[in-house]
Amino acid sequence: MTPLAVLVLAAGTFCFRIVGPGLRGRLRLPVRLDRLLSDAAVVLLVALVVVSTLTDGHHAAGWARPAGVLVGGALVLRRAPFPVVVVAAAGTTALLRLAGVP
Amino acid sequence: MSGVISARRLLALGVDRLPRPVTGVLAALAPSTVGDIALVCLADALVGASFGAISVSGGLPAWVPVSMSVLVFAGGAQFAAVGAVLAGGGAAAGVVAGLVLNARLLPFGFAVADVLGPGRLRRCLGAHLVTDESVAFTVRQPDAVARRAAFWACGLALFVCWNLAVVAGALLGGLVGDTDALGLDAAFPAVLLALVVPSLRRADTRAAALTGAVVAVLATPWLPPGLPVLAALAGLVVTVLPRRSRARSPGSGG
Repeated sequence: MTPLAVLVLAAGTFCFRIVGPGLRGRLRLPVRLDRLLSDAAVVLLVALVVVSTLTDGHHAAGWARPAGVLVGGALVLRRAPFPVVVVAAAGTTALLRLAGVP
Repeated sequence: MSGVISARRLLALGVDRLPRPVTGVLAALAPSTVGDIALVCLADALVGASFGAISVSGGLPAWVPVSMSVLVFAGGAQFAAVGAVLAGGGAAAGVVAGLVLNARLLPFGFAVADVLGPGRLRRCLGAHLVTDESVAFTVRQPDAVARRAAFWACGLALFVCWNLAVVAGALLGGLVGDTDALGLDAAFPAVLLALVVPSLRRADTRAAALTGAVVAVLATPWLPPGLPVLAALAGLVVTVLPRRSRARSPGSGG
C-alpha cells in the first residue's frame, strides 16, 4: 500500500462525491445511470460480504467466520441495532475459535 | 430527553466549531433520530476499530489505515483496498474495487446537494461527509430544516467517531497481535450485510447480486486477491439484458 494508492483512492472518491453538490441541481442524473450505479454498488457489496466471509486469500476461510457472519445476518433480518449485529458476529467467531473451530 | 443529551455529546465531539446555523438546526432533529445516529456511530466505531486493528496486525504501517480513514472516509472501499493488499494482491486491484464501490456516492451527492447550502468550502466539506449512513438519515427527514440537520449531524459525528476509532484500533492492533482471536474478521462482513440488506428489495437487484457473488467466489482460487470482487460486476448483466427478452422468451439461455 503506497501513499500514491491512498491518494488516488481519496481523490477519485472525492470526485464522485463533489459532482452532485458542485452542480447544485443544475443537472439531473439519468434514471438509468442512477439505477446502474446503485445496482453496481449492491452487487459489489454483496460480493465483498460473501468473499470476505468465505475466503482467505485463495483458500476457504474455515467455519468460525462464516458462522459469526451468519449470526449477524440473522440479527439484521430481525432488525437488531447495528452495534448488536457487530458484537454478536465478532463474539460468535471469537467463541468458536476459542473452542478450537478453525 | 435523551435527544438533548446526545446532541450535547455531539457538541462535545467538536460540532460546536461549525458555523452557527448548523448547530442551530441540530435542535431540529427528532430525539429518536439523534438516538439512531448515535447507534450507527457506535456500530461504525466498532467496525473502524476492527479496520485499524486488522490493517496493523496484518503488517501495514499505522499511517495507512489512519490516513485512508481521514482522506477516503468510506468503510467499504477502505476494507476492499486493505483486504486486497493483505491477501497478497496488488494495491491497484484494491484501489479499482474501492473506486467502483464509491461510484455509488455519485447519485448520493445529487440526492443531498440541496442540504449543503451555499459556499464552496461548505459544499466541499459536506461532499466529503457523503456516506451511505449520512444520506440514509438525510433522505428520510420530513422537511428541509430537518434534512440539513440530519446530514450535518450524522456526517460530522460519523467522521469524528470513525477516525478516532480507526486510530484506537490501529494502536490496539499493534498490542493485540492476533485480531482473528477476537473475531474481528467477522465484524466487517456483518456490518456490510446490515448496510446492504435494505437495498435488496428489487428482484432483479437480488438476482444480479447473487450471480455476482457466485462469480466472485468461483473466481477466488484463480484470480489475484481483489479482482474476484470486481468480477462480480458481471452479475449486472442480469439487470440489463433480460428486461426486453423477458417479455418474449422467459427461458433464454444467456
